[in-house]
Amino acid sequence: MNMSNLVRSGANILMPFILVYGFYIVVHGHLTPGGGFQGGAVIATAVVLLMVAYSYENVRASVSKHVLKNSETAGLLLFIGTALLALTAGLAFFGNWLLDLGVIFGTPVAFGVNPGDINTGGIIPVLNIAVGIEVLGAMGLLLLAMLGGLKGDAE
Amino acid sequence: MIENIPFFCAGLLVLIGLAVIVTKRDLIKMVMGLALVEAGVNLLLVATGYISGGVAPIFTNAPSTEMVMATVQAMTLTNIVIGIATTALLLSFVMVISRKYGTRDVTEMRRLKE
Amino acid sequence: MKNALRTGVLVVCAVAFLVAGLGLSFGTPAYTDMDDYMLAHGQEETGSNNIVTGVVFDYRGFDTLGEATVLFTVVLGAGLVFRRLGKKEDEYEYE
Repeated sequence: MNMSNLVRSGANILMPFILVYGFYIVVHGHLTPGGGFQGGAVIATAVVLLMVAYSYENVRASVSKHVLKNSETAGLLLFIGTALLALTAGLAFFGNWLLDLGVIFGTPVAFGVNPGDINTGGIIPVLNIAVGIEVLGAMGLLLLAMLGGLKGDAE
Repeated sequence: MIENIPFFCAGLLVLIGLAVIVTKRDLIKMVMGLALVEAGVNLLLVATGYISGGVAPIFTNAPSTEMVMATVQAMTLTNIVIGIATTALLLSFVMVISRKYGTRDVTEMRRLKE
Repeated sequence: MKNALRTGVLVVCAVAFLVAGLGLSFGTPAYTDMDDYMLAHGQEETGSNNIVTGVVFDYRGFDTLGEATVLFTVVLGAGLVFRRLGKKEDEYEYE
């Protein structure tokens, strides 16, 4: 049993905009309100919209569990790995080792009120992206598990 | 007294959540009462850190430099994520329990069922 | 009897919240020394314009690590509750 034609067309049009908006919130976490957790929740909303517009049996074949599982573990490992790499640069655990290095995200910030520059921040944008990937994987897996155990007599 | 309204609203939310947990007999409504209590606690946390006439603690195109406290908002962010984690796991348990007993009424679940 | 006990507990809780709500002062918190330091030195020490993100990921990064682990553990628990037992087992292919 499917939703009507209007709902499916609306979901088709809206989904890329929701994805772009979610990635914008994640990447600009050190300049505007937002960050990893908020942006990951917005991206997970796109997966929910797909599951609501088309019924669950049609979506289960195309949204694979392995992609979500791998992305969740990759997010957590990237988070811990970036924090551990600070030990090799001479700082403590979780130190900001990209702050004045100049490789990437290394420009110093002007003091006071200023229009933001995305190239600043040290390891904070890297941590934001890692948390965003992890939240996206976690929310998708939670939804798939709870919807899969809904019908039928599993266990 | 009229300017303490955010604290009264947070207390009212916690009170309504407690009343729902204590009074209702349906399992899903009890879990929703717990979610109401957590929402009230988050409002109380954010309302504690307000300074009169302050703006958000963000320096990008800020209108003035009198800003509210920033540590409390970090605590609230963590609390919201923990709240959804707790509610998701509780609802999974409610699904499995209601399938075993065949009902969602609390007064009819008296013993462990095989 | 049980109804009167429930209503009594709720009334006591309501009076306690009312007294506590009147005692606080909205708009003038008591101690702001730590937040004054974070607002004054947050931009040069963390390198971000958003002080809340600087607090969450740099000054208090350990709490965020704990929260990411909680999220991981919840997905683990939910996947454990909804597993399917006894589907494909002891079906050996070789002879």
